[in-house]
Amino acid sequence: MKTADQNGQLTAKDFSTDQDVRWCPGCGDYSILKQVQSIMPEIGRKKEDIVFISGIGCSSRFPYYMDTYGMHSIHGRATAIASGLKSSRPDLSVWVITGDGDALSIGGNHLIHMLRRNFDLNVLLFNNEIYGLTKGQYSPTSPEGKVTKSTPIGSIDHPFNPLKLCLGADATFVARTMDRDPKHQREILLKGSQHVGTSMIEIYQNCNVFNDGAFEIFTDKQSKAEETLMLEDGQPLVFGAENDKGIRLDGGQPTIVSLNDYSKDDLWIHNEKDKFKAQLLTSFFDNPSVEGHLPRPFGVFYIEDRYRYEDAMAEQLEFAKEQKGEGDLDAILRGRNVWKVEA
Amino acid sequence: MSKTVEEKKEVTIVFAGDSGDGIQLTGTQFTNTNALFGNDVSTFPNYPAEIRAPQGTLAGVSGFQLQFGSVEVSTPGDVCDVLVAMNAAAFKVNLPRLKKSGTVIVNTDGFNARNLKLAEYDTNPLEDGTLNDFRTIPIDVSKMTRMALVDSGLGKKEVDRSRNMFVLGFLYYMYNRDMKATENFIREKFKKSPELVDANLKVLKAGYNFADTSETFTSRYNVKAAQLKSGEYRNIMGNQATALGLIAASKKASRDLFYGSYPITPASDILHELAKHKNFGVKTFQAEDEIAAICTVIGASFGGQLGVTASSGPGIALKGEAIGLGVMLELPMVVINVQRGGPSTGLPTKTEQSDLLQAFYGRNGEAPMPILAASSPSDCFATIFEACRIAIEHMTPVFFLSDGYIANGSEPWKFPKSADLRAIQSRDWNPDENAEYQPYLRNLDLVRSWVTPGTPGGEHRIGGLEKEDVSGDVSYDPDNHEKMVNIRREKVEKIANTIPLQEVNHGAESGDVLMLSWGSTYGVVKTAVKEAYDKGIQVGHVHLRHLSPFPKNLADLISKFKKVIIPEMNQGQLLKIIRAEFLIDAQGLNKVKGIPFTAEEILNRIEKEVG
Ligand code: SF4
Repeated sequence: MKTADQNGQLTAKDFSTDQDVRWCPGCGDYSILKQVQSIMPEIGRKKEDIVFISGIGCSSRFPYYMDTYGMHSIHGRATAIASGLKSSRPDLSVWVITGDGDALSIGGNHLIHMLRRNFDLNVLLFNNEIYGLTKGQYSPTSPEGKVTKSTPIGSIDHPFNPLKLCLGADATFVARTMDRDPKHQREILLKGSQHVGTSMIEIYQNCNVFNDGAFEIFTDKQSKAEETLMLEDGQPLVFGAENDKGIRLDGGQPTIVSLNDYSKDDLWIHNEKDKFKAQLLTSFFDNPSVEGHLPRPFGVFYIEDRYRYEDAMAEQLEFAKEQKGEGDLDAILRGRNVWKVEA
Repeated sequence: MSKTVEEKKEVTIVFAGDSGDGIQLTGTQFTNTNALFGNDVSTFPNYPAEIRAPQGTLAGVSGFQLQFGSVEVSTPGDVCDVLVAMNAAAFKVNLPRLKKSGTVIVNTDGFNARNLKLAEYDTNPLEDGTLNDFRTIPIDVSKMTRMALVDSGLGKKEVDRSRNMFVLGFLYYMYNRDMKATENFIREKFKKSPELVDANLKVLKAGYNFADTSETFTSRYNVKAAQLKSGEYRNIMGNQATALGLIAASKKASRDLFYGSYPITPASDILHELAKHKNFGVKTFQAEDEIAAICTVIGASFGGQLGVTASSGPGIALKGEAIGLGVMLELPMVVINVQRGGPSTGLPTKTEQSDLLQAFYGRNGEAPMPILAASSPSDCFATIFEACRIAIEHMTPVFFLSDGYIANGSEPWKFPKSADLRAIQSRDWNPDENAEYQPYLRNLDLVRSWVTPGTPGGEHRIGGLEKEDVSGDVSYDPDNHEKMVNIRREKVEKIANTIPLQEVNHGAESGDVLMLSWGSTYGVVKTAVKEAYDKGIQVGHVHLRHLSPFPKNLADLISKFKKVIIPEMNQGQLLKIIRAEFLIDAQGLNKVKGIPFTAEEILNRIEKEVG
């Protein structure tokens, strides 16, 4: 087993285990695993200080394939387990691996509470809009009308908009990327790892067995440029096959304009620190088949610097020590009112 | 007028009033003063079912019962000698507990037409002959308090709020007690508002003086100090002792304490107590729900800390799946269940022992866990300490059972010195012996080692899927699964080698009847067995702290008695286990009323068995 004081000496291979990877051939999870392994040597952490925690679902087998510390826990609870780990061990680099069912359905409560507490950890939400491990039921992100084994006439559930939900829970780092764009994924993962606070990264992941092509319109070379909006801090919102379209804020209303009519200076300039605009951006969630729909944004929507729960917790412990001195066990066992019984 | 002094061996008093009357505080002060004086004491706070029940109603009655004595006191008393009732509803609810010819101290102001109606009285019990069999001391406490504070400048509401001090002062005179401890308490409690310190001290003294000068009663009582074992004592409540035990275990294990919990009656006071002791490095985490609470504990334990969660039955039900994960991961953690009346929301403020089978079997799959139960408020300390020891030294989640009665009750505690508490030693990994870390490599006790993130070379993955013996890799192999199920069971069974042999706690070592008890019934069973034994009945008392695994000699002890009776505040849960485990015809004595047994109920059963 190889360990190194300097992660610079390690390579992606040092983070892979001897376990057979058990995902279906062609599953989008492979690409994510590869990218995560590839950034590990660059995040500036010792291997033994890195922990991957997952819940249940296809994606949650992830920790078995990472040669770090790891826990494959129970359905929906990875976020809560990571919260406890990070509270007690602020020194660790903690990564939560979860899916749309795990994080947004059974584990929805823990997700929002973890986000508001803003632990310094990273969440990779593999969104494939389906339950894969249980063989194909609709998930909380499946679109209305989705025909699955449990919804033969189509789903009547209105789906979650995950990033809007996260922003609503006051997440301090909100981003979206996709399995089919390794370069973009890598960039976002690295950015997330650098954020001090909870970085919430939604990854569109193709389940080629039960929901093949769910995100094809965003990932396919033919349609990608027209359907996606790549966010870059300080840059205008430009998209389109010819980079000929932009988003303008028209009295608070995002509108698609042609760059033949407007210059880039007229466009909405992306600002990662702008919470209100980030909320608007997460609302770019139109069904791509609807006429005049907005493109789907990818990249970092929002970054905020806010105190971390574990830091505040540690400060309180320090404060208590300053006020009362280091805990004296005999003193609390005695209490204040003692009487003596003579022999 | 001068009063005679009567000696009493033990006295039981019930304080009762509206939840806003400061009943718990009055009871606690009276208890502390008696304990400091040297009496043995045992208390039983009886909280109203509805925290915000309308004033003066039967649902809003708060009670505090205590027994204190110059002799050993093991229970808060079956029936009371004195009832202090602040209003008609409090009087009505508690009168059935008053013994014939007992004393009633009533606040007459709490018996006006409105109070009587709220208490559903057609006639005034103070006047209609209800009290003929009792000695009644009627006092208009409100009026006396207002008179004492006529110049205080305080509003009527604040004045009335100190009425309880009048009653307390009155009783201090009646029982010949020094008021210093309460005076100091008042100074401390109201230190931010000197006018309230003055007012409360004034009313306390007014009550004392009123008792002295009025002709409401003729004799004072003297309850001498008890002959407790020599040493230093303090008074302690169950939840408080549990919290201190956790802190002590964390110190002795050199592991920081992480306490993740969600507020629930009657366990929340442990959280409150621990939150006061952050200077011990105690991390308290109020989670978003019960499941998150246990999951944060699993995370903390994986991180190398002493992880503890607490709840009551409904919350434990929610935690079940995650506790099972703890069993599978073989990580140390302690799960506290302060039991209350069930099922469902049940009786949140009342006591019961009906979650024992939940502790044994409330998880999916074969998921054995050690289970310990405290027998009294002060015993929570030693029992939770032992629970932590087992968790850490045997790498397993452990159940610690308490209940509402123990949690809120109090008694004198001969507290230990920290130096006398044993060290708790976790099993570490020695890279020199096994260069490649194998998470499920075990020692002879089948205990795996606790290697936590940050340890170079120890990187490993654990999870809820069945794992291969030794390596911990995921395994679906049928033989391996059965092997692992057996190992997890044997690991728990082997703990029996590290716990003390069971003793007969009281009474006969062999004979006609064995009273086999666990948890909070300890005091009443002890009292009843001693009494029966003194009458010549061959009855013994065995009280179990360890419910899983049982002490190794339990079968042997049981076999020395003709009959085994198991008293429980449930419908026979330990009974089922004992019958199944030892194939004996044990019988139950069961009570499921949300209130503890009386010693008399136990004694009657013993006498019936030999009669
Ligand atoms: S079921 Fe879908 S998500 Fe799961 S491994 Fe197979 S392709 Fe991937």
